[in-house]
Amino acid sequence: MVIPLRNVAIVGVGHSKFGRRVDTSLPELTWEAIKEALNDAGISQEDIEFVSLGNIGVWSSEVSPGAAILEYSGLIPKEFIRVETACSSGSAAVKAAYMAIASGSADIAMALGAEKMNEVDTPRGVEILARIGNYFWEFENFGPTFVGYYAFFATAYMHKYGATEEDLAKIAVKNHYYASFNPKAHFPKKITIEDAMGSPYIAWPLKLYDCSPISDGAAAVIFASEKIAKKLTDSPVWIRAIEGATATSNHSKRENFLSIPSTRIAAEKAYKRAGIDRNNPVKHIDVVEVHDCFTIAEIIAYEDLGFVRKGEGYKLAREEQTYIGGLIPVNLSGGLKAKGHPIGATGVSMIVELTKQLQQRVEKERQAPIEHGTALAHNVGGTGHYVFVTILSLSKP
Amino acid sequence: MSAENKDVDKETLRKKLPITYDKKTQLPLWRDVRTLTLNYTISVGKIFPFFEKLAEGKILAIKCKHCGELYFPPQVDCPKCRKSEVDWIELSGEGELETYTLIKIKPQSFSHYDDYVIAIGRLKEGVRVLAWLRVDDISKIHIGMKIKLVVSERLPESYLVYEFVPAEE
Ligand SMILES: [Zn+2]
Repeated sequence: MVIPLRNVAIVGVGHSKFGRRVDTSLPELTWEAIKEALNDAGISQEDIEFVSLGNIGVWSSEVSPGAAILEYSGLIPKEFIRVETACSSGSAAVKAAYMAIASGSADIAMALGAEKMNEVDTPRGVEILARIGNYFWEFENFGPTFVGYYAFFATAYMHKYGATEEDLAKIAVKNHYYASFNPKAHFPKKITIEDAMGSPYIAWPLKLYDCSPISDGAAAVIFASEKIAKKLTDSPVWIRAIEGATATSNHSKRENFLSIPSTRIAAEKAYKRAGIDRNNPVKHIDVVEVHDCFTIAEIIAYEDLGFVRKGEGYKLAREEQTYIGGLIPVNLSGGLKAKGHPIGATGVSMIVELTKQLQQRVEKERQAPIEHGTALAHNVGGTGHYVFVTILSLSKP
Repeated sequence: MSAENKDVDKETLRKKLPITYDKKTQLPLWRDVRTLTLNYTISVGKIFPFFEKLAEGKILAIKCKHCGELYFPPQVDCPKCRKSEVDWIELSGEGELETYTLIKIKPQSFSHYDDYVIAIGRLKEGVRVLAWLRVDDISKIHIGMKIKLVVSERLPESYLVYEFVPAEE
């Protein structure tokens, strides 16, 4: 049975500068995004009926940050929930706000993603991130890091398909290239293959420049029902699908280290709901944000999302097919790699970026040509423990 | 009060308030005066035979009496059958290396160890295990190599864990 859902439009987006934001507290940082989104939508706090927040915390002092953010931002007494699905918590917040509108529970809702990772030092940040895997059977005795978990995939993938460390480096070079045009990126600067290849190993075979940084940042998206959206904007962006899936906590229980099964399942569901041909999705899509927490993750995502066949993702990197003008432009924001990866903010940040891409509002050097009016966001929690695939469109469902 | 305020003597401020200045930006940071040290107690009563046998040098998995499903890490509840009648079985430890990494930048609580290799091995019983792979020469590691899961003592803490070693040829 297909439950009839109401159409959900994006009517406003906001985004803080990502980076090492020691100049702001968590509520101050989140307000940067909230203010921009309210201004963008042309509404006030009073109009918002429901707020969701993607945030992990632990590295930040406020244990239950929701009320502190709402109070600071003039959003008390709005209904609120905080959600956690590791690095895809932002997409979980988007799904919660989407469902509030789609179900008829609210007419205007706001999804927030916010993370202040630099309230602890880097060794503690690395430790907390590492604990996102299975705590007792993986972390307690064997001390994997998050880079280490993705290194399992890099080792197996390179061995099976013959991809090289240089192929991985090309992802970092591309994402830094586009970040250099994104003033809100953590690292808005270009790098070379030599920079990437010369960086030290963090968890072999992954090097420093294969890794996204520890970032602070916030993002906000305001959603509205069709009736309200028509009053607020002439160019709404519609959610055509937001679908999720999960994979095992223990890496020892994964089917292999070549693919993220939860990405495949979430993509299949999202393509079906949005009416996109799963055998050739790129023919429908103008621009994509994928979860490149580590360079290998972007390459595997190309395959799991069906852009190329299994084992050919690295060729897209090698042949530079994911720049503007290639097969499909990916991570024109700079990606997690260079835009930054404030864990809970990332999923919301992807929706901000793709909304502006579809509305042709980003810096011209990194604006994708918009022909089909469709964009895809791929957000992974952990190494696929949780995955969301979201399809946005300029045309109404 | 801003960092740009040249009238404020930073040293004086430092003495009267828990303020430090960020090394890169010189922005003021409040140094939290309330420290929380977290150390958990994790319930292992239902899987205690695993630890008793570990002390005898054996590594156990769980097999569901009803459907035969093998569980490692051990779990006493079979979600497929919704039953909890299980057998403990000893694993041979014999397996093949499926993937691995060498951890150079470690979590803080692992910073006292030398760089370590973490491996995922597939045992001949069909289950996979994540554990350290102890080798003398990292360059000799290769996917598909025969490995064996053994019980060892982790130093300097002196407690029992399991780890992979290269299998005897
Ligand atoms: Zn069973």
